[in-house]
Amino acid sequence: MLKPEQVRERVRAFLAEHDPAAASRQDFLNARFDAGLAWVHYPEGLGGLGASRALQAVADAEFDAADAPGIDPDRNPIGRGMAAPTILAYGSDEQQRRWLRGIWTGEEVWCQLFSEPGAGSDLAALATRAASDGESWVVTGQKVWTSQAHLARWGLLLARTDPGVEKHAGLTYFACDMTAPGVEVRPLRQLTGEAEFNEVFLTEARIPDSDRIGPVGEGWKVANATLMSERVNIANARSGPRESGMIGPVAAAWRARPELRTPGLHDRLLALWTEAEVARLAGEMLRQQLAAGKPGPEGSAAKLVFARLNQEISAYEMELAAADGLRYDDWTMRRPERSSFFGRSPSFRYLRARGNSIEGGTSEILRNIIAERVLGLPSEPRQDKGVPWKDLPR
Amino acid sequence: MSEVGERLAAGAQAEGFPDLLYSDAERALADALRSLLGDRAAPATVLARTESAQTYDDGLWQALAADLGLAGLLIPERDGGAGASYREAAAAAETLGSFAAPVPYLGSAVVATAALLAAGAPVRGGLGPPPQAAPSAQPAQPAEPAGSSPRASTEAADLLRKMADGGVTVALAVPFATQPAPRGPAFPATVRLAGPRHGDTDSGVSRLRGTVTGVADALPAGLLLVPADGVPECLYLVDMAADGVSKAPLASLDMTRQLCDLWFDDAPGTLVASGQAAKRAVTAALAAGAAILAAEQVGLAQRCLDMTVSYARERRQFARPIGSFQALKHRMADLWVEIALARAAARYAAACLSSGDPDAPVAVAMAKAYCSQVAVHAAQECVQLHGGIGFTWEHPAHLYLKRAKADSLALGTPDAHRAALAGLVNLPGP
Ligand SMILES: Cc1cc2nc3c(=O)[nH]c(=O)nc-3n(C[C@H](O)[C@H](O)[C@H](O)COP(=O)(O)OP(=O)(O)OC[C@H]3O[C@@H](n4cnc5c(N)ncnc54)[C@H](O)[C@@H]3O)c2cc1C
Repeated sequence: MLKPEQVRERVRAFLAEHDPAAASRQDFLNARFDAGLAWVHYPEGLGGLGASRALQAVADAEFDAADAPGIDPDRNPIGRGMAAPTILAYGSDEQQRRWLRGIWTGEEVWCQLFSEPGAGSDLAALATRAASDGESWVVTGQKVWTSQAHLARWGLLLARTDPGVEKHAGLTYFACDMTAPGVEVRPLRQLTGEAEFNEVFLTEARIPDSDRIGPVGEGWKVANATLMSERVNIANARSGPRESGMIGPVAAAWRARPELRTPGLHDRLLALWTEAEVARLAGEMLRQQLAAGKPGPEGSAAKLVFARLNQEISAYEMELAAADGLRYDDWTMRRPERSSFFGRSPSFRYLRARGNSIEGGTSEILRNIIAERVLGLPSEPRQDKGVPWKDLPR
Repeated sequence: MSEVGERLAAGAQAEGFPDLLYSDAERALADALRSLLGDRAAPATVLARTESAQTYDDGLWQALAADLGLAGLLIPERDGGAGASYREAAAAAETLGSFAAPVPYLGSAVVATAALLAAGAPVRGGLGPPPQAAPSAQPAQPAEPAGSSPRASTEAADLLRKMADGGVTVALAVPFATQPAPRGPAFPATVRLAGPRHGDTDSGVSRLRGTVTGVADALPAGLLLVPADGVPECLYLVDMAADGVSKAPLASLDMTRQLCDLWFDDAPGTLVASGQAAKRAVTAALAAGAAILAAEQVGLAQRCLDMTVSYARERRQFARPIGSFQALKHRMADLWVEIALARAAARYAAACLSSGDPDAPVAVAMAKAYCSQVAVHAAQECVQLHGGIGFTWEHPAHLYLKRAKADSLALGTPDAHRAALAGLVNLPGP
């Protein structure tokens, strides 16, 4: 196991050979990846050193201190947070070499082609069909709510390869080239006014078999790796020091503007502050578990709490803002290049937070998962067990 | 060091954030404790004891002291203890909380021990004028202890040595509801110095007079640490068996930790600490108590959830297990989430106390505020989801409910701790 000092030395040696000011941003990031200093816990040759996840902060701090160009965390979050761990777990060596560098540097943005009009919470019921013609797969269907598809070079695609078996068993996982013929992306406007997400129409789009991730028929297993990463990722969207999440601007406003204070708002602020800080500590505990190689089911818990707190705090912030809460910053229909829950105005944050309990698995579904997989409670009676997908009632 | 330990050390070092995970030693301690309590503190046993003359289980406490060193967990090895930190103390408390075990661990091994450890520094000499009775009291002077050595500190060490093996049990004589400073009283003393009796000066004895109500873990205590008002304030050691000391058990909401009132009528006390050292001792004791109580609350909440889940898997209504009804599943899932958060809060508070982190007052206030609510919620859900059986005297759910509610009021209510945070993190009220 590498020690913090050894990581620090490697970064310094790297910086001695690669002047951050001289190279282009992309060249510099490529070289950083090749030196294993991108995500240090990844294996050697794939942007990492096989070091402890906890040492990432050491490497990042060294690069920051040298004013080196870094990655933009609000660009390609699906690539880094979901595609990369999935490819690392289930991709072939060739796929890992082909995709991971572009994901980390942000050169290639990824999106997630899972949800469909008829399959959201019940994702395994999806209908997008992938049929083999020998060398490649021909894909037809419709995906919805696809965040960042308008920026994406690749999509994580879950499709049905066998309609004749139970719904979970007939799925296969692919990387879909978003520039391929037959892939059409149309914006879907959200209640915030902008269009982070899209609908994606797949019309006889061809995917080479070399872009299949994992075995045919095992797409559900691979998809679950993506979903697990997604939850941890959403929950850790803003891990940092005290008051670094949604509570930060609220506490700052409270301190700066004594005229806004009332006893009732004070009580609620203290309760929210405490919960936000306790949730942050739980996030730290989760990170320590991951670093110790003992991932727990707490990822789902963290995502649930994150969603509820974001909603409560942003709602509170509107009340604190009082008259200013009546304003909105911009209703223009745009297709944003970056995604963040924390930017813009209080009223934007309030509206955007409503999505936190829907995206990445709704809070109801996460409670089901905790109840059944963690607590071992029995499932509700179901109508879809033992029935081939094609015979399910629709 | 194990590989995992090494990685964690690297992580902690890299980020300067306290390790919140359970160490192997903590896990081993909790396991051993769980198996001992499983034998000797089954719910029926705990329930029966709440209705007996001796609500504290002295035999169990002696076994915990002898077999697991629980009485002296926080006491340094040189004073005969285990030399463990608040982290291990919290891990033990979690397990004790999950059994609602009627032993004076919190009062003696945590609160009184923390007071003595904080009082351990020499107090004689250079710390201001000798103590005097409060102005309203009779003119009184605490007796100077014989000799010129820093007697208070040796006395504290002597006492710790006797406590370490469970031979002596000590309680801090303050109401269980007292919140730690800064928001709680700087020195919670309702007892005053009274005039000396003949011969007191030679024997190093001071006289105490007053009443302290609602004290936890004092019933089984052989000795009391009594904060007394005066100039300056002092902390005295009083023998429970001495003339002038009396106690009366209270019908308590939580009979697994029965409270009592204490009376001091010219009771003889010997000085342990005075002035700043006495204040420091009491503040440290109450803060440690609140942090470790938060860990107990986590254990209690987890136990309530475990009982509820296993009942919900077995109990059938409408031809299916009630645990398959989503309305109930979601309530249990929410509890599980709350407990995960409460655990992080309690672990952080214990870690901050262990390392003397300056964030400790914030950590303790957060932990006590949050864990109190979670424990009460878990116990209430435990009763509700058990239906009629959960409302009976026979079923243990009520033991947990009463303990959870009592603990949430003890050592500062959630609201009082949040009010403390307002000052600590600069979120002032209107
Ligand atoms: C901002 C945003 C971004 C998104 N980005 C993406 C993306 O990039 N890629 C992608 O594939 N998807 C994305 N999604 C889609 C998201 O994953 C789905 O919306 C979500 O899984 C819910 O599916 P649904 O919309 O079909 O709602 P439904 O599944 O129809 O749910 C409707 C309601 O019923 C509840 N419900 C459903 N089943 C149950 C049950 N068994 N028990 C209890 N309650 C139940 C749900 O909780 C919800 O409240 C995004 C969504 C949002 C809001």
